[in-house]
Amino acid sequence: MADLSINLAGIQSPNPFWLASAPPTNSGYQVQRAFEAGWGGAVWKTLGEPIINVTSRFAGLNFGGQRVFGFNNIELITDKPLEVNLKEMDETKRRFPKHTLIASLMVEHKQEAWHEIVKKVEAIGVDGLELNFGCPHGMAERGMGSAVGQHPDLIRQQVEWVKEVAQTPVIVKLTPNITDIRFTARTASQGGADAISMINTINSLMGVDLDKWLPIPHVDGKGAHGGYCGPAVKPIALNMVAECARDPKVGIPISGIGGISDWRDAVEFLLMGATGVQVCTAAMHHGFRIVEDMIDGLTNYLDQRGIASVMDIVGKAVHTYSDWGHLNLNYKVVARIHEETCINCNKCHIACEDTSHQCIDIVPDAATGKERLVVREEDCVGCNLCSIVCPVEGTIEMVEIPSDKAPLSWNQRQAALAAGGSCEL
Amino acid sequence: MSIPNELAKNFAEVVPALKPMEAIHEANRCLYCYDAPCIKACPTSIDIPSFIKKIATGNLFGSARTIMESNPVGASCARVCPTEELCEGACVLNSASKPIMIGLLQRHATDWAIQNQATLFSKGEANGKRVAIVGAGPAGLSAARELARLGYAVTVFEAKEKAGGLNTYGIVSFRLPQEISLWEVEQVEALGVEIRTNTRVGEDVAPEELLEQYDSVLLAAGMGKVPQLHIPGEDLEGVLDAIALVEETKTKPLSEEMLGKKVVIIGAGNTAIDAATCSKRLGAENVQILYRRTVQEMSCYQFEYEFAKQDGVEFRWLVAPTRVLEENGRVKGLELVRMELGEPDEKGRKRPVEIPGSHFVIEVDYVVKAIGQNRHLSLIEAFGLQHRNGIVEVEEGTYRTSHVKVYAAGDVIFGGGKTDAMVVDAANHGKRAAHAIHQSLRDQKQPV
Repeated sequence: MADLSINLAGIQSPNPFWLASAPPTNSGYQVQRAFEAGWGGAVWKTLGEPIINVTSRFAGLNFGGQRVFGFNNIELITDKPLEVNLKEMDETKRRFPKHTLIASLMVEHKQEAWHEIVKKVEAIGVDGLELNFGCPHGMAERGMGSAVGQHPDLIRQQVEWVKEVAQTPVIVKLTPNITDIRFTARTASQGGADAISMINTINSLMGVDLDKWLPIPHVDGKGAHGGYCGPAVKPIALNMVAECARDPKVGIPISGIGGISDWRDAVEFLLMGATGVQVCTAAMHHGFRIVEDMIDGLTNYLDQRGIASVMDIVGKAVHTYSDWGHLNLNYKVVARIHEETCINCNKCHIACEDTSHQCIDIVPDAATGKERLVVREEDCVGCNLCSIVCPVEGTIEMVEIPSDKAPLSWNQRQAALAAGGSCEL
Repeated sequence: MSIPNELAKNFAEVVPALKPMEAIHEANRCLYCYDAPCIKACPTSIDIPSFIKKIATGNLFGSARTIMESNPVGASCARVCPTEELCEGACVLNSASKPIMIGLLQRHATDWAIQNQATLFSKGEANGKRVAIVGAGPAGLSAARELARLGYAVTVFEAKEKAGGLNTYGIVSFRLPQEISLWEVEQVEALGVEIRTNTRVGEDVAPEELLEQYDSVLLAAGMGKVPQLHIPGEDLEGVLDAIALVEETKTKPLSEEMLGKKVVIIGAGNTAIDAATCSKRLGAENVQILYRRTVQEMSCYQFEYEFAKQDGVEFRWLVAPTRVLEENGRVKGLELVRMELGEPDEKGRKRPVEIPGSHFVIEVDYVVKAIGQNRHLSLIEAFGLQHRNGIVEVEEGTYRTSHVKVYAAGDVIFGGGKTDAMVVDAANHGKRAAHAIHQSLRDQKQPV
């Protein structure tokens, strides 16, 4: 059986599945239940000055009959005194010494405040710290959370303050509510962070009640933007992780967060450079027990490929992620429809006809009296749209058409033209 | 097409497997309930939401292992369990929508394991102890699998040529193809379990020998032949045993003897339905199930009743056979008497009472007896076990018999009634008996 243990910037964990700092990690009772269920680690719900929460805090986005494709919340950091949290963290760490316990921290922009809280949480034996520079609601209005994560200078300053006293590895959790996350990731790295975690939640308004004309959720007739997460944000998170993983100026390990719901999602994040993953929405939807299939599925995936350790797949696909300017303009794929499994819904035809390149014909077949869907390959631009809308997996295959031309990217082409050469596509 | 080919088509599995897309859609429809009622409704407590979730995440290996972990004959049960009375009947979606197709999803995952020749389990480290199991049916196999994983050297004694018991021989191929049962047998053998086929305990091996040579013995011998009707003409050619009839269709080339014939089945239980649909598919022109009570008292499942009706089987209530009529030494007709329902019996079922002078005769070519099965009384007594009318008495929870070394599971301990004697119950008994044996042998003091 494959070894699932990880080492993230010096933090050891029995497996790559951690609970993210959020409602599921609010108490010792919850985190201990999670460890019993099999989670390798947990990032405790953010510690700081206790806050007052509102009621009506979460909303879910359902899509096509499936619940919780997206999720948002306006809950703030811990509402318990620091001493209570520290006592429960201490108990938890004693009961589960091999599991990874990370303290998430958020205090005001003062050196003493950071020093004080770091010393207090490290005194009870946490395995690492996560600085919450990501929370987009409430705390940001008070100059913390994403208000810090949107200012590279503030990030660097606060990381430096933490590193002045920290004995354990420091992870910086970044907000996605920013134009280019690499800039904040770089300053975290410059400030001395040992790792970064991403993404925190995205600013969102989940909906509007059609009858009451009120935001969803609302608090006594008023709503405010909340942090968006869940399966729907996965592609955004995965891109940010991959961009940071391939950026040499970032250069520190990444803990991946954002819509991870099963072992497959986890493998994608690991391949794109995350050393471990953090999960919240899927656990909130189904309970801590989902980790069983995450562990089982990941183990089977590695075993079936003869891979001895999960660390062996970390970052293995990062080199395949690049800029558009490096993509080969001479690569060509076309759609091919497998008629034996085609159910003639004609969705590929209408998608292509109305919204892409008009190359899938509906052709009457005299022999059978039925209609066939036929791709005019010479006109197909290989956009994938038909295979995306096709409801039967594997029926429309995108097939590579070998090219007799050498690979040529836009950047190479422009460079050749600038050098006075000619360049044929 | 020649007739045997035509008949063979009738014996191909009737219910189609889920298509890949269907399986994914259905798996994603499962709510993944916590403390799910489907798990509680399953006698072997398969973690159903978990195996379905694994189908949804593409972890089919894990899904099959979850199923087979709880139920060593989970591939057969996916096909023969009365799911609407068990897991699917308990599905919370019954009240909000339609229940999840749990049986078919279970088949989807186990079919994957069969097709991919997946090795799901490995044997435990040898602990030096030996257990003999009498009977390689669902209960025996289930116990053997568990004991092998716990490190026991297990020998299974099986009277028939192949292992699998009822699943291999007694359930019609169009519901349960033999290769499914034989795959489950292979899974058990792969753990080092020795299955001695063609070996009948009590004839080829003496019970005392097992008691001497093994640390524990599990009696899981199932049941025997269909009992006598005790009516004149019963020995005529054309009077058949339902179990034997089904077995023939699973072990020999399909017979053409029933083509165009009139067949009656006596009895209305699970085996009666199998025998009736089997006869129909062997080409019988007319098949009637004769039952001395009414539709309400039948012990077959509702889905079996529906299936038989769709196969064109006719049902005649409130009649009992009184005499088989002969012509040239074989069955020519059957004399019946009409019945009415009287006072309830000890099980609460209304007792059928003969209506005097209501005899009549029907023309038939075959009479198939499906009125239950005999118990292996001599075997039970050879082990010196306490029993009630051939039902071995066991301690609740441990399956230990009156003999300290002997445990019993499956049909040998079933007491009759509507909801028992299912394959899945036998599997559960075998599994639990294995753990009780382990508990007892582990606690036993080592000899000084």
